[in-house]
Amino acid sequence: MSEPTRESGAPLLRIERLSLALPEGADRLYAVDNVSYDLKAGEILCVVGESGSGKSMTANALMGLLPTGVHVAKGRALFDGQDVLAMDELSHRALRGRRIGMIFQEPMTALNPLMRVGEQIAEVFEAHGLLTPRARRERALALLEEVRLPDPTSALRAYPFELSGGQRQRVMIAMALALEPELLIADEPTTALDVTTQAQILHLVKDLQARRGMAVMFITHDFGVVAEIADRVCVMREGKIVEMGEAREVLDHPRHDYTRALIDAIPADVVAAVGRPADTVAAVGRPAGVVAAVERPGDAIPPPRDGTDSTPLLSVSGLDKVYRSSGGWFQPKREVVALDGIGFSLGKGETLGIVGESGSGKSTLGRCIVGLNRPDSGEIRLDGVDLSALEGRALRAHRRRIQMVFQDPYASLNPRIRVGMAIAQGPIANGVPKAEALAQARTLLATVGLDGGAAERYPHEFSGGQRQRIGIARALALNPELIVADEAVSALDVSIQAQVLKLLDDLKQKLDLSLLFITHDLRVAAQICDRLIVMQKGRIVEHGSAREIFTSPQHPYTRELLEAIPGRREAPATATAGVL
Amino acid sequence: MNFFKRFAQNRGALVGLVILGLVVLLALLAPFLYPDSPWRMVQRPFLAPGEVSGFWLGTDVMGRDVAAGLAHGAWVSLLIGLISTVVALAIGVPLGALAGYFGGKIDDALMRFTEFFQTIPNFALAIVLVAIMEPSTFSIVLAIAIVSWPPVARLVRGEFLSIKHREYVEAARLVGQTHRDIIIKQILPNTLSPVIVLASLMVATAILLESSLSFLGLGDPDTMSWGYMIGAARTVMRQAWWLSVIPGVAILLTVLALNLVGEGLDDALNPQLARAR
Repeated sequence: MSEPTRESGAPLLRIERLSLALPEGADRLYAVDNVSYDLKAGEILCVVGESGSGKSMTANALMGLLPTGVHVAKGRALFDGQDVLAMDELSHRALRGRRIGMIFQEPMTALNPLMRVGEQIAEVFEAHGLLTPRARRERALALLEEVRLPDPTSALRAYPFELSGGQRQRVMIAMALALEPELLIADEPTTALDVTTQAQILHLVKDLQARRGMAVMFITHDFGVVAEIADRVCVMREGKIVEMGEAREVLDHPRHDYTRALIDAIPADVVAAVGRPADTVAAVGRPAGVVAAVERPGDAIPPPRDGTDSTPLLSVSGLDKVYRSSGGWFQPKREVVALDGIGFSLGKGETLGIVGESGSGKSTLGRCIVGLNRPDSGEIRLDGVDLSALEGRALRAHRRRIQMVFQDPYASLNPRIRVGMAIAQGPIANGVPKAEALAQARTLLATVGLDGGAAERYPHEFSGGQRQRIGIARALALNPELIVADEAVSALDVSIQAQVLKLLDDLKQKLDLSLLFITHDLRVAAQICDRLIVMQKGRIVEHGSAREIFTSPQHPYTRELLEAIPGRREAPATATAGVL
Repeated sequence: MNFFKRFAQNRGALVGLVILGLVVLLALLAPFLYPDSPWRMVQRPFLAPGEVSGFWLGTDVMGRDVAAGLAHGAWVSLLIGLISTVVALAIGVPLGALAGYFGGKIDDALMRFTEFFQTIPNFALAIVLVAIMEPSTFSIVLAIAIVSWPPVARLVRGEFLSIKHREYVEAARLVGQTHRDIIIKQILPNTLSPVIVLASLMVATAILLESSLSFLGLGDPDTMSWGYMIGAARTVMRQAWWLSVIPGVAILLTVLALNLVGEGLDDALNPQLARAR
């Protein structure tokens, strides 16, 4: 296919005063309000914003994917001089896929689960009536090679579920690139992926873009990703553009307060962020960090900070868990080792971070500790009592002492139970009179920064961050000694993340709690954890104080994780050099 | 948007609701409109509708007032439809809930039991049950309930299977709620919308089943029902078509109305799935 020639400088895509109207009764009038920007060929534009900022809406309008009820109120979207929004369905269809490609956030749901990968790629050509079936297969193979899928020949015959998340996203990219589009729209393509995979995919996108001279519209919420990939940045908030400019310029000298807040919410320099979000600036400063690390070189487990005593609250030893799928008549049984000889201890008042990528067994570990899963063998001792040996009533009595904050603020609250009752149900189940429990729930809501009136409302009336606060209040209702937070802030926007982390930290201090913080995000772990455990494939590969792990990681996997953090600038390397 | 607004967005559902309202009104007013027994012979047989004033739907083979039969039959049909559905729910919901919640062996046992009922054709089983127990309102209700609970159990089990792994259920386990509380307070309320939709359709099926049983002469001999009216008139189809058609249309309208209402409930209870209109 021949690349249409275009005089350089003329934008490939020009959005002109575009407004997209939301249906009546929505929280604002326009999803996107009077937005204009250009995108030149060979340029990567990052559209950044938090959830609800309308950052994906323009792209959806371009692709004809607007949700029902949302419509174009005014404005144009000129793609190579033609208004895409005014096109009839037929010419729009010719444009989609062929000249504008799109990749989505969730590669599992964006691929047809019952269709082999090769056929799905070939289908792109088929939809546009191109090539013979044989040639389609060959192109599919070439594309898979181009996106650097390991073993592309067998990947052609694989079903999506046989591939990992990163591999699926590569397939999606191959499909989007199949017809050599001039514009690639990527809607949060790395959000669902692990950090190391994310780094690879970002690299791939950038590489392909440079090789093909495509324009890329990259939609993301993560300024780390922006720093990694963008030429230009467009920051959106509540449907309006708050700031737009060259990436370097915006990142280094954000003019708007909102942009600054977003950038600050992500510590670009992870090492400096080690410590609590509540810490004073002086304590966070890098020199102090380096000195602290130098002061106790080689300590495997440094003495905990003040206020944490050395008697362990929780000690885990020899924990094993294997998931077995029963297998069918024609399928062998499958075994996945989730936990393999895990052992660690957690002191009173301490925050221990468990870091790992998906499949590392970190969530299984958390679930075993709270008692949602049963380990195959091993001991979990809370104050010396082995929890894995308890059953029924005795177990129920001990459950009070370890509570959990869940990942998904939308799934973790029962939509049909009022917030007050959701918090009070724990104490009620443990014999506290209902009225008293409900009164206590109101106090707890105040503790987590919501007003008492919230108790009468249903969960759907709250935002994600507020729901997570409710989840925390629920966990606190039973006066636990240990809180297991399983990816507790992963589903939240960065600015909200910081608030929730601060809340957790404050509560921990005030109530003398221990915290087991499970996360895939090292940047988050850096902000809250005293000590860290790095897990890979069910094993602990590294174990040490947060500062040590960030400044001088010992295990290659830890190093790989640290390097994969998007938007990591200068700092860690120099800091590490200083220590060594 | 509130519940009724979403319901009213579906025009068909509103029409259904109006028809259903009229049928219910007819059933309620039957004892006042036609205080006499609908079995009483009041006029010459085979009067066509409108032939003699006062008998606007005519009379049947035995000279009974068709309009009176229709009104009293509405009561019987609705009552049997409702009660048998309630009984079916009372069997199906707990079985499905237990099977879905506990899983494993309990699930296997309960589901095999459910399949045992599912594999026998509904209507055949209902006939056998009524025949064994002797036809009466009680036996008909029981028979209909027994043949119609398995889909409820299946549905509730499926909902439980998916909801029991939600984080809020796990949170409830962690705070130490008992299994009973988790089933009743946490999961069951969240399974109700599909069950309500299914129940509205089950009432329609039950009315059809009752009519079919009565048509075959297995109705309660003491109650006038629409099915019986059609059954009794089938031999005189050619002389007096209206005798079968009038109750037939009544059944059609009622079942249609219930289906429309069910669809409207589905839209209203699952707003995400509601089709774009």
